[in-house]
Amino acid sequence: MTSDLRGRIGTALGQDRVRANIRRAMDGLVVKRRNAFADAGELGQLRDHGAAIRSAAVANMADLLEELEQNCTANGIQVHWAEDAAQGNRIVAEILDRQGADLLIKGKSMVSEEMGLNAYLEARGVEVVETDLGEFIIQHAGEPPSHIVAPAVHKDRQEIAALFRSKFPNDLPAGPEGEGIEALTNAARGLLRAKFAEARVGLSGVNFAVAETGTLCLVENEGNGRMSTTAPEVHIAVMGIEKVVARLEQVPPLLTLLTRSATGQPITTYFNMISSPRRLGEKDGPEAVHLILLDNGRTRMRADAELQDSLRCIRCGACMNHCPVYTRLGGHAYGTVYPGPIGAVIEPQLQGVAVQGELAWACTLCGACAEVCPVRIPLPKLINRVRHEGVRSDVSGSGVLGTGARRKSLEALVWRLWALLHAHPSLYRAAMGLAARLRWMQPRRLGPWTRTRSAPRLAPEGLHRLVREEGIDVE
Amino acid sequence: MPDSVSGAAKVYVFGTCLIDTLFPQAGLCAMRLLRQAGVRVVYPQDQTCCGQPAFNSGYRDEARRVARAQLDAFPEDLPIVVPSASCGGMLRVHYPTLFAGTPDQGRAEALSRRVYELSEYLVRVLDWSPQDLGPQVRVVVHNSCSARREMGVADATLALLGRLARVEAVEPERATECCGFGGTFAVKQPEMSAAMAADKADAIAATGAEILLGQDCGCLLNLGGTFAHRAASGQGAGPRVLHIAEFLWERIHDQ
Repeated sequence: MTSDLRGRIGTALGQDRVRANIRRAMDGLVVKRRNAFADAGELGQLRDHGAAIRSAAVANMADLLEELEQNCTANGIQVHWAEDAAQGNRIVAEILDRQGADLLIKGKSMVSEEMGLNAYLEARGVEVVETDLGEFIIQHAGEPPSHIVAPAVHKDRQEIAALFRSKFPNDLPAGPEGEGIEALTNAARGLLRAKFAEARVGLSGVNFAVAETGTLCLVENEGNGRMSTTAPEVHIAVMGIEKVVARLEQVPPLLTLLTRSATGQPITTYFNMISSPRRLGEKDGPEAVHLILLDNGRTRMRADAELQDSLRCIRCGACMNHCPVYTRLGGHAYGTVYPGPIGAVIEPQLQGVAVQGELAWACTLCGACAEVCPVRIPLPKLINRVRHEGVRSDVSGSGVLGTGARRKSLEALVWRLWALLHAHPSLYRAAMGLAARLRWMQPRRLGPWTRTRSAPRLAPEGLHRLVREEGIDVE
Repeated sequence: MPDSVSGAAKVYVFGTCLIDTLFPQAGLCAMRLLRQAGVRVVYPQDQTCCGQPAFNSGYRDEARRVARAQLDAFPEDLPIVVPSASCGGMLRVHYPTLFAGTPDQGRAEALSRRVYELSEYLVRVLDWSPQDLGPQVRVVVHNSCSARREMGVADATLALLGRLARVEAVEPERATECCGFGGTFAVKQPEMSAAMAADKADAIAATGAEILLGQDCGCLLNLGGTFAHRAASGQGAGPRVLHIAEFLWERIHDQ
């Protein structure tokens, strides 16, 4: 039986244009990152530092969140706790209702994708406008992001031009000029300007939240984040609770790790530090700032001593940029908000191993992701663990959602027999000797393996016998 | 050179199940090389498999059962030389995890510290310099992901080949990228595995090298199988595919 994931991967492998777009973009990002970290020694130290900051933050998450709430509140930021996506969505809707707003402008936020916020609000009659250019493109294409940093990276300029021509024919110059990057960007800018002026509520994500000062840090390149958080009367920030860090001095190392790992930039064009609503005498900024702290399974993830390492993630996307599976597919084939190696670890934890555990199989355990992770998340080790959680028989002591749900009796039996054979040397030797004698019976076809490869052939004599003939000491 | 010198090093060889059943010549050549380098070799007959297939498939109880048999099979405090970086990585890196909190934890940790990949042992421990007796040849090296990242021996393999006077060793484009084998990955995601193998085979073929070398028989099974399938379906002959041990043994012998 072909699994869902395998089917989606098969489909994605057939999409040559998307594959070429993704691969070209990922190759570019890999080079940019490499150039941004020219000094291997410095990179190693920075990663150690980043990992230490983030793992300490995860370890003290509960206390840091309380401190963050106190300091944000003292600064005039209204803090809301959301147990799950549904509660997070309701809080956003209530704020919009209180403002009497039926328009929400958004800076890029993966947590809002996790919440399914756009669909929820649109069903309630709210117009949602994505203002990040990539998010703007895919919103109008009716697609989810294919990458956590570069959401429209699977589309090339020609596709975007065709999309804009069909959606905004009056905002583009006629002829080939209208397909240029400048014309396309100008069209989006013009459309978005009007929305920035009109909207009374703006929403953004949060890259780091500083507990000791109650500061929300927002990294972006287009200025849309600043517009979304300052032009409207109300700013709503949504963040996963793991984004908290203890001290302000920890932000610079994390920031440089983030921007260099993500896009190879020494610093992004904009870096916003939001500490309060508009104060008396200030000329701009929102009148109210709300912070929604979304749990959605993170407290459960935190409870596992090994898997909690995945909460260190700063969402740079380097793991997927370097993943041989992701770079051949793009994010859509994963079917989840978070794709790639980090997705294969956190989605099964967020949604449960029964639902998303198969993602751990979109991986060869090659280790390219762990090699670049700026906060040293041991991704292959955690992916292996997710596989284990899927099929383990004794689930006592596991807090992972859906643990054991992927165990199938036939597969388990095969592994039990395999273990029996390989845990008993004399049985193994006898079986391998027999197999070698019966090698003429070997099939020429071995399922999908032999569609593109020849079948492996058993050797007439195994190494256990050959060493004896060679006179090697066998003890 | 005598195969055992008094006071000379003595090592275990862990042959791996893949080599035992499919590529025994690679294992045999590895042992011949070690003996040529003056090392006493012991190949315990009670060895089977490192347990990696089950471990990477999530079946940790089964992996532990098989791994425990290896702890029993290599009892003496001797180096364990493995002609496979992937199995070597399992023994060195994952055994301590697999046995953590069990009565065998100490034994597993002790064993993990004794593990060497073959070229690593030849270059870094023995500082072995082979005499190259073969003709001038260009080879392409596929360093496995385990060799490169888990065991950190990709440079040792290249250094070893660099010591052969008439061998030019190159790596393919995108050398650091996985060939798509991934053990049970090839079974669970065969389409992706095949796509990755095809790209790697293309990059290898583009080097024009006559011989493809690797430390890992999993990768060689994947890539050699891909080239053999291409040859059988009229898509041209690929390079000859050899484990480094077989190649080295050929080179130090008059052919």
